[in-house]
Amino acid sequence: MGADAARSTDGAAGRPAVRGGGASAADTVAADVRVAGPARPRAVEDVAMAAGVEGATTGRTTVDDLARLRAHDRRRATVVLGALGVLLAGLALAALSLGAVPLTPAQVVAALGGEGSTFVVTGLRLPRLALAVAVGASLGLSGALLQSVVRNPLASPDIVGLTGGASAAAVLAIAAGATGVAVDGAALVGAVGASVLVFTLSGRGVTGTRFVVVGVAVAFLAQGVLGYGLTRASLSEAEQAFFWLVGSVGSAPWGDVARVAVVLAGAAAVLAVGRRPLAALALDDDTARAIGGRPVATRVGAILVSSVLAAVAVAVAGPVAFVGFVSGPIARRLRGHGPALATAALVGAAVVVGADLLAQHGVPGTLRPPVGIVTGALGAPVLVWLLVRGERRKESPA
Amino acid sequence: MSTARPVLRAEGLTLGYGKVPVVHGVDLTVTPGTLTVLVGANACGKSTLVRGLARLLAPLAGRVTLDGTDLARIPSRRVARTIGVLPQSPVAPDGIRVGDLVAHGRYPHHSLFRGHRSDDDAVVAAALAATDTASLVDRRVDELSGGQRQRVWISMALAQQPDVLLLDEPTSALDVAHQVEVLDVLRSEVRAGRTVVLVLHDLTLAARYADEVVVMAGGRVVARGEPRATLTEAVVEQAFGVRARVLEDPDTGRPVVLPRSSIGSSIGSSVASSSATSPGGADG
Repeated sequence: MGADAARSTDGAAGRPAVRGGGASAADTVAADVRVAGPARPRAVEDVAMAAGVEGATTGRTTVDDLARLRAHDRRRATVVLGALGVLLAGLALAALSLGAVPLTPAQVVAALGGEGSTFVVTGLRLPRLALAVAVGASLGLSGALLQSVVRNPLASPDIVGLTGGASAAAVLAIAAGATGVAVDGAALVGAVGASVLVFTLSGRGVTGTRFVVVGVAVAFLAQGVLGYGLTRASLSEAEQAFFWLVGSVGSAPWGDVARVAVVLAGAAAVLAVGRRPLAALALDDDTARAIGGRPVATRVGAILVSSVLAAVAVAVAGPVAFVGFVSGPIARRLRGHGPALATAALVGAAVVVGADLLAQHGVPGTLRPPVGIVTGALGAPVLVWLLVRGERRKESPA
Repeated sequence: MSTARPVLRAEGLTLGYGKVPVVHGVDLTVTPGTLTVLVGANACGKSTLVRGLARLLAPLAGRVTLDGTDLARIPSRRVARTIGVLPQSPVAPDGIRVGDLVAHGRYPHHSLFRGHRSDDDAVVAAALAATDTASLVDRRVDELSGGQRQRVWISMALAQQPDVLLLDEPTSALDVAHQVEVLDVLRSEVRAGRTVVLVLHDLTLAARYADEVVVMAGGRVVARGEPRATLTEAVVEQAFGVRARVLEDPDTGRPVVLPRSSIGSSIGSSVASSSATSPGGADG
């Protein structure tokens, strides 16, 4: 309350200058020191500070510079998001056209409109495409979010055990004969359980390396549980679980798509509301707290959202490898800075759709590997690239 | 005017990491509109005290008040509109540009429905101008020199438009020219009406810039007051375990501390804690 009273004396963009009265002996001293040091027009700056820049020429151009920086960012965001949208649309068109019954783009559009080969397009290919988009976006968002709040690119749901926890719990559920929503619920419990475990073991304020190391340990733990679950399952259940574990968008009932889409939309809304606290978390915890952020609370919330996103994607499609891991860094690279969550979601969607396209049509022979095989194969080089870049970053700013 | 300035006060403040106290029951009222410098040997608790005052560290006992209200009871964003903090080693997000970093200082003034506006830009520009970093606005923070980077961080704190500025060793990694540069910036902020508290290692620079020096040893305040009365040979010996000559700067009349020899091997805490019971710089 007292603080507010004090604030009310401030101008909107500056503060009243207290010159003369507030000056003390040290000012003259400091003035002496300044003469000896590199001479700078301190007086002008004081005026700029007092007047909130109005009239101070240096200030006005700085305001323009700041506006230009932001305009540049907006342009880049538009270009990047637009390009990703076009890419995704192109991939989608390819996904709807290619297959045992090849269609021309015109036929695809017609079928979407309800004419011609509607069964092939809207009955077979569209659900698979929609699931790939939803799962990819969820995993991309989940990964970018986690990487951003832990401030470590290795902190992705697949590396720190979130998808592992979800998989282990889901396999246990499958082994116990569960299906559908029960598997979803198990995956959610597994993912949230894993994230709580990692978070608790790595300490409240601790971020980065320790979180990742603990996460890797939890991922191994989940792997063990998963193995146990598989040994308990019958042969056919184990086969089913194993196929699911590779990650596939092959079987895509609309109900699955809807479940992922609803969770994705909810997460997007939460993140839109929390975008400022998330942006503050880009700083270290002390500095985030200094500017009025609540880093621990923000991180807990973000990890929870990330867990839910990873869990629902895993429950429906299995732990599609590396999507959560690669999307964030690619998005940050495209946008120039983090957290770039929307971009990461689009990248994730494009990666899964593209990888599924490759898996279905790009692999020679009769083999149709599930999408997780392709994303895994593509993700490994990205991991290496990230590590190498991390080493090099100090010497050569990108 | 001075009545409107918020008063930051430590009351029986005990701080520590885990359960081990590092600062023991310190009472300290920061005089509004002045530049206060905390000095003391390594591990004497001066940085911890600043972290406590800045609510980066929760008290083990006692409290910090802002105009009489417990800091812990004021919403963090409201505190951030009154108190700006520069932690000891802040980390900038990868690849961030100066203008974007300083704009983070506007965070406490934003809300869900009030985002970054053009008047925020005016404040950010003024904050950049105040530290003479306006020309760096589109540079990447990780490309800057240590002195530039430190001034940019100060700009971020200034963009909060705080009445009180707390800085934990803002000059520790800088050469003497950059130290003077940073201290000049802080001095001019005090002239503009702000209250500044900072931790310094260099006693002579502390004496030159401070309105008030707070000498700490063993987690307690052992002397405090105007530099000439506070930075005496006896106090330096007590706080640092070092025999020193204190001369008078012929230009400014302020004390210049010349260390002569350390006292045996018992530097720092043992000396400090055995003799850390005379607060208030009574020695004079």
